[in-house]
Amino acid sequence: MPDKASLMQQSAPPVDDDLEREIAALFVQALNLEIAPQDIDPEAPLYGAGLGLDSIDILEAALILSKQYGIQLRADSPENHQIFRSLRHLAEYVAARRTK
Amino acid sequence: MEHAAVKAADQVKPLLSHESPASVVAYRGGRAVGAQQFLADARQLAERMPSGKYVLNACVDRYHFAAGLAAGLVSDKVNLLPSTHAPEFLRQLAQFAPDAFCLTDQARCDIDLPLLRYPRDLGERVPRRAAVALRGGTASFCVPQIPQEQVAAIVFTSGSTGMPVPHQKTWGRLTHCVRDGASKLGLLDGRAHTLIGTVPAQHMYGLESTVLLALQSGNAFAAERPFYPADICAAIAAALRPRALVSTPIHLRTLLAAGIDLPPLDLIVSATAPLSQELAREAEHGFKTRLLEIYGSTETGQIAARRTADSALWRLWPGVRLRTDHGQVYAEGGHLEQSTPMCDVLEITGEDEFLLHGRTADLVNIAGKRSSFGYLNAQLIDIPGVIDGAFFLRGGADLDGGVTGIARLAAAVVAPSLDPASLLEHLRRRIDPVFLPRPLLMVERLPRNATGKLPLQALQALCEPRSRERGSAPGAS
Repeated sequence: MPDKASLMQQSAPPVDDDLEREIAALFVQALNLEIAPQDIDPEAPLYGAGLGLDSIDILEAALILSKQYGIQLRADSPENHQIFRSLRHLAEYVAARRTK
Repeated sequence: MEHAAVKAADQVKPLLSHESPASVVAYRGGRAVGAQQFLADARQLAERMPSGKYVLNACVDRYHFAAGLAAGLVSDKVNLLPSTHAPEFLRQLAQFAPDAFCLTDQARCDIDLPLLRYPRDLGERVPRRAAVALRGGTASFCVPQIPQEQVAAIVFTSGSTGMPVPHQKTWGRLTHCVRDGASKLGLLDGRAHTLIGTVPAQHMYGLESTVLLALQSGNAFAAERPFYPADICAAIAAALRPRALVSTPIHLRTLLAAGIDLPPLDLIVSATAPLSQELAREAEHGFKTRLLEIYGSTETGQIAARRTADSALWRLWPGVRLRTDHGQVYAEGGHLEQSTPMCDVLEITGEDEFLLHGRTADLVNIAGKRSSFGYLNAQLIDIPGVIDGAFFLRGGADLDGGVTGIARLAAAVVAPSLDPASLLEHLRRRIDPVFLPRPLLMVERLPRNATGKLPLQALQALCEPRSRERGSAPGAS
């Protein structure tokens, strides 16, 4: 039976919400999205259904990440948008790789 | 007899123009694939194909795609190349070609057709007979000769009524066009060039300027399709020189904005949308080479080129001419089978040159994907629950996207029983994502005038904040 401390650990967010919100705000502004940053579901896919980004948005988003956080994204193919599988995942990725 | 043989040779064109079995056709994962291997792969793939006449070639890897195309050519099957895999488009395609099957190299494939997975064991080794031939010299290096009249591929445009319009591409016309292009681009100088493409092989431009261009000029293409700027630069740096980048204004703009080291190139080719002279000069400077822009269309294939940094004038391919009849510009001659009406506004400035002034009103082109307002509106109104609706372009240059500079479409829809999310879901099944409206405005009625027409200005006014529902609430800023 899990003790109270480990339960709290499980429910604690892996990255700070601030970074999530910051990235959401950057995307909404740069991509002219029809949604308020705080309304983006952090677990929903960013690409395709979900937030509805397409490959042009992803290119633009990649530039934002390089300018803002010094991250150059790499992928095996245009179909591989794993990094964008959710806002939360992306924020974790940025937190781990950012150089600025 | 001799005369008949000459005539027969005249009616065919070789699958590729590489002169020896080891001449490199493609680079895949850093490995060179020779002409002999490529032909062996194509023949083996053809043997594994089902009996249907039509192959929807959805391979992402450019080498796999090329093998699928060549397999179709040697077994008289037609490659279908739709610009989108939206389910509704594929449903219409299945009506057009009921026996179609899909060739895919992706683990996950949502295309609702019988699937042929690209066999993983192809390309592992040259079949024994061919290996013997390799050692024995070029004696049995036999390049298939494809009848000029054979339909190699069918590409689709949206048409204006809601049904895709097929355009048949015969082997003779395709190769004629691409060979003219190869000489214009300077790829027939005897050196072994490598073509790196950021465009999909299924797109008319990608088909012509990566796969066919390499096959028909004795050069090689890179199998990968790099996406992010860092991927593209890595792919360029990994390629032997001389090397060319076959790309689009969007990718070039993104590359130049990424702030990373740009490896030198020996040629840049751009198409799908006009490039500004400023961006062309920046690209030439950044990659230390010249940039040639190509003009073409799905209907005509490539017909002209210009060095954008130097001139706004487009030079026509050898033998191709433009003429105007009742205000409509037609292209004819060269590789064109018949006089073909152009969908763009062109100004003829000389016998073999013209200026491009934009698109005709119904045509939509976003990031190289083409559709028409007629098609998009027909798809929108066909959704159960939609009473009225229209797509339109938002006004004002300031609404363009960021660095990529893409202006998205907007749509106004009357559909009281639908919420925006479910309406978008319906649209996603019918049209390519780049055409999804941003914003999608749910309105009580469209601003039709007395004659039932929809003035563009009235539609654009719907986008202004104060006329929007959520902006019109009292006290809202």
